Amino acid sequence: METEFPIYRILDDAGHVIDTSKTDLLTKDLSLALFTHMNRIRTFDRKAINLQRQGRLGTYAPLEGQEAAQVGSAYALQDKDWIFPTYRDHGATLTFGADMVRTFLYWNGRVEGCVPTDELHIFPPAVPIATQIPHAVGAAWAEKRKGTTHVAIAYFGDGATSEGDFHEGMNFASVFQTPVILFNQNNGYAISVPIQKQMHSETIAQKALAYGMPSIRIDGNDVFAVYFTMLEAVERARSGGGPTLIEAVTWRFGAHTTADDPSKYRDQERSHDRVDPITRLEDFMKEQGFYDEQEIEAIRNRHQQEVEAAVKTMEAFPPPDVNDLFDHTYATLPDDLLRQKTDYLTARGN
Amino acid sequence: MATPINRQTEMTLVQAVTDALRTKLTDDETTLVLGEDVGKNGGVFRATDGLQEEFGEDRIIDTPLSEAGIVGTSIGLAVNGFKPIVEIQFLGFIYPAYEQIMTHVSRIRMRTMGRYGVPMVIRAPYGAGIRAPEIHSDSTEALFTSMPGLKVVCPATPYDAKGLLIAAIEDPDPVLFLESMRSYRAFKEPVPSESYTIKIGKAKYVTEGQDVTLIAWGAMVQVAQKAATEAATRGISCEVIDLRTLYPLDRSTIAASVQKTGRAVIIHEAQATGGLGNDLIALINDTSFLYLRAPIARVTGFDVPVPLFALEDHYIPTPTRVLEAIQRTVDF
Ligand SMILES: Cc1ncc(C[n+]2csc(CCOP(=O)(O)OP(=O)(O)O)c2C)c(N)n1
Ligand SMILES: [Mg+2]
Repeated sequence: METEFPIYRILDDAGHVIDTSKTDLLTKDLSLALFTHMNRIRTFDRKAINLQRQGRLGTYAPLEGQEAAQVGSAYALQDKDWIFPTYRDHGATLTFGADMVRTFLYWNGRVEGCVPTDELHIFPPAVPIATQIPHAVGAAWAEKRKGTTHVAIAYFGDGATSEGDFHEGMNFASVFQTPVILFNQNNGYAISVPIQKQMHSETIAQKALAYGMPSIRIDGNDVFAVYFTMLEAVERARSGGGPTLIEAVTWRFGAHTTADDPSKYRDQERSHDRVDPITRLEDFMKEQGFYDEQEIEAIRNRHQQEVEAAVKTMEAFPPPDVNDLFDHTYATLPDDLLRQKTDYLTARGN
Repeated sequence: MATPINRQTEMTLVQAVTDALRTKLTDDETTLVLGEDVGKNGGVFRATDGLQEEFGEDRIIDTPLSEAGIVGTSIGLAVNGFKPIVEIQFLGFIYPAYEQIMTHVSRIRMRTMGRYGVPMVIRAPYGAGIRAPEIHSDSTEALFTSMPGLKVVCPATPYDAKGLLIAAIEDPDPVLFLESMRSYRAFKEPVPSESYTIKIGKAKYVTEGQDVTLIAWGAMVQVAQKAATEAATRGISCEVIDLRTLYPLDRSTIAASVQKTGRAVIIHEAQATGGLGNDLIALINDTSFLYLRAPIARVTGFDVPVPLFALEDHYIPTPTRVLEAIQRTVDF
């Protein structure tokens, strides 16, 4: 099946263009835009890990290594589209327009971090694996029923394909031809379990065959391959062509979460030997003459400042409000729940 | 011949779980450990640490990420000669397997008139209080105590954890074995090296007292104990009962205590409505109504989903809230 589903790439590991049919589309503007998002989420990610180590953030799921997959996919969406992330996809949601302060708040156990930014359709991260896949299918189905051209995207990992919700979502998506992109980041591991133990199939893309759904396997660390593949899938969905499964092959450089010790199950020393998706884009930009040291440095500084400012705002955020423990459970609190709340607050002197 | 010396080691609760698993893996070749990350990684809480090295990949099995698959296939293994000991990574992620547990694990004995049993143990860490991410902190034991055909066990101490887990593995019926994450490394105590069991269905007196019975399990036992210590300074003597088994309930121990004290406070992390506390109230009503000097009090979570961790301290019962309930009961 690896031959039936070859990995599609536009750049090779060193950043040379290998799909020359795309050369004209790989402009400086596009390169810079993608680089900017990738650098921004990496800056966020590294800061979050640091904060966690200092006890200023809760357990955190790092995404370093998966920036091309997350940015390339989210950058192909438009404002009215729907995004259904997991706990590792804040790179995608930040690219889509999620507020950075809220993203930090989420990792500090604040429910405010689950609330979508402005008018954007960003679902709170799904923690129970694969459960968000049917949601995305349903939201896309609603867009189809309403006759719009908006689409939905579900993010999920390689491990998620073992859950029933993945298969049920795939089936509904194809039966009802909903405008959804099932975007798989195959990072090779579900916590400690390598993909060879997760499944007997050689690829994830091939699973779409059984559902009569188009699919493609791409190099998830080649941001252009991700972006242009997504554009095609999104276009198909918008024009009534139904769902697509995309398998973006990638790699998580770090731990599963800050509570995980990857050296228990893999040679973590060698993890960073893989090509860094950002370096690869930079190599491409250098070769094309798109890389202006000063411009890049300015972007980096801007992101440092943005992230530092977001941390400050997060840390100055009003303390958690105990009312939020109760108030959003129902549109109108049932009498008995209201009583529970009143009793609790009264006993605490509120 | 030398008489064997009873050796014991200081252990945490999670180490006692590992020790119980090792004990049964050694003396019962039909036992298997299955779950997500239980093999090479030794479990996300290290409950199965070192077991794969010792017993091999064939018996300590890293499964695909599929709770329904793990429990469903374990039914087939269990009715066909094996004793699966399943780890569900967190109780909050058991729901994909709920169908298998509800419609099959718990009723195969009944449906085959005893021809097939399902000697399976499902271990699951549960409960709030460790600043875990969303959904990791659920305490939904009552979804399972209300499931006829299934037993539910929840140790509060390392010693009990080992004895109860061995008993659960030896039990011919399926057992859900709940492990409080907050208690995993809370303290150590001496645990015997040899194999021993603690009878499923027997509660334990943690401290004896005269005025109020406190009933708790898992992490709430320590909360009850703290409240009891505080109450003692006010001259109120509390009897703390660690339920240890949540189904079947130890009717006689609970009744005897409440008949002595005439007052009861029940403490659990789960929400009030549909919580196990209500079955305990029914039990006390049925056995001891005329002995009561005050209404039975409950200190529980609220009828809301377990919150993200920034608010969890408001959700989990605290010694202060338990003490208030004790005082209310005494003042009635
Ligand atoms: C239903 C369910 N079971 C178990 C878990 C615990 N868990 C969290 S992440 C994870 C591995 C997920 O792997 P994958 O889908 O490949 O995504 P990745 O973490 O690699 O991004 C597991 C088992 C969970 N969150 N939900
Ligand atoms: Mg993965």
